[in-house]
Amino acid sequence: MTWVNAVLQGLLQGGIYALIACGLSLAFGVMRVVNLAHGDLAVCGAYLAMVISSGLGVPVWYTLPLVLPAAFVFGMVLQVTLLRRALRTGEIATVLVTFGLSIMIENLLQEGATANDRVLNAGAIGVAALHVGGQITLPWLFTAAFLTACAVLSGLQLLLSRTSWGRKVRAIADDIDTARLVGVRVGPVFASVAGIAVATAALAGIFIGAIGNFNPLTGESTLIFAFEAVVIGGLGSLWGTLAGGMALGVTQVVVGELNQAYAVLAVHLLFLLVLAVRPAGLFAGGQQARTAQVTG
Amino acid sequence: MTALLEISGLDVYYGDFQALFGVELSVRRGQALALVGANGAGKTTLLRTVAGAIGPARGTVRYDGDDITATVPYRRIRRGIALVPEGRRLFPSLTVEENILVGAAAAASDAWPLDRIYQAFPLIARRRKHRGSQLSGGEQQAVAIARAMAAAPSLLLLDEISLGLAPVVVGELYQMLAALRESGATLVIVEQDLRRALAACDEVVCLLEGRVALTAPSSVDREDVIAAYFGNTRGDRA
Repeated sequence: MTWVNAVLQGLLQGGIYALIACGLSLAFGVMRVVNLAHGDLAVCGAYLAMVISSGLGVPVWYTLPLVLPAAFVFGMVLQVTLLRRALRTGEIATVLVTFGLSIMIENLLQEGATANDRVLNAGAIGVAALHVGGQITLPWLFTAAFLTACAVLSGLQLLLSRTSWGRKVRAIADDIDTARLVGVRVGPVFASVAGIAVATAALAGIFIGAIGNFNPLTGESTLIFAFEAVVIGGLGSLWGTLAGGMALGVTQVVVGELNQAYAVLAVHLLFLLVLAVRPAGLFAGGQQARTAQVTG
Repeated sequence: MTALLEISGLDVYYGDFQALFGVELSVRRGQALALVGANGAGKTTLLRTVAGAIGPARGTVRYDGDDITATVPYRRIRRGIALVPEGRRLFPSLTVEENILVGAAAAASDAWPLDRIYQAFPLIARRRKHRGSQLSGGEQQAVAIARAMAAAPSLLLLDEISLGLAPVVVGELYQMLAALRESGATLVIVEQDLRRALAACDEVVCLLEGRVALTAPSSVDREDVIAAYFGNTRGDRA
């Protein structure tokens, strides 16, 4: 039963990885921006939520209506002011710019909020657990994070497949030059994609901060897990990203059950294994093959 | 009658390489103009400059009386200029209908809603839920033209629509173009097949190494066009 419990917890943990990774995947898939500050932006979301929630004396969930729109707007501003200029120079420039942004955010947070570990006030849900039978215990926070991740990914998938905005996003991801030529205004689409990426990052950051400790450097390790989830799942596939996150989560929790010291190492080894065996990701296959057929 | 499209003194570069040299071109409203020339003569460059994909170093592009040389592509589409790019360039992960709807994003008017497009292109109406990659070459080309028509253009630029297609399919595409012309569209057609270009259009412009070598009505002697095409004056050829 311990193992069933571990696998279930790992799957739930994967939801958080997917939540942080989906913005990374979207930004790369549509704008070709490898955002090295993505994890730090998530941590910024956690700090902003902490300031508001302790200021108002309410659990952190009540700050979402303020934090998420603020993160969305911040993402758009980031795109319009910084990333757009970098993109004009080339894709590599965005790596340098976001790397610089990452360092700036980490140092500003240390300056403003000290390097101390923090934890968000999650309210009653933070200590409650769901008991199934006698031996399976699922913490509510993990369950809520997982369900939130599923809701966010489904919502994004619906937006992408059903709306006029989604058609434009997919057209740009397929072939940005042709999209421009047939009349798609790339600027507003990029700004909205960046907004969504940062808002989902902030949401993930709040779950990360409610579940465990965080500090100004938490973004670095968060980013690595997010990258690994994206790559394992296959670039550009949202459900692949969820599956990738779940693969990471299960590996981490199950190996941790054996020996906690090897949990994170096992995750990185899984990542290396996938890169070596299926570099396009476990769930990419069909789509890329079709794309290659048309363009090739 | 004034020109719908008026190009003068156009110099276009790719880096240090000059692709167009002082090109002059004028297209009247309702006209169909064939743009011919050897590979690398600058035909695609000229179309892409009119569509706004490339900015010229010198010269002006005037459309409907206004200077649009520095106008961004989507504003040109709003004003009624649409391009069918070389190689079709459909969005592979979008369905046929989604491809057409993306083309309608900056439409100049609502003169070409989906049902009218499906009437004009019966070839693709029953394929609307398929992805571009599941279609034959001719169907893909029809979708590319339909995507441009969804923008309700007054000026339609067509780049090598018959490339790689069977003659019977090309015939069907040109029948569609004839129908579009009757509905009032102005066409600029880049075409390798000289006979077809002359038959479908009423004026022909031949480019040679980035310069206009010949501008003539399509009733011109084919030998004159061929001479301009290869850079010989008539009678030089063995």
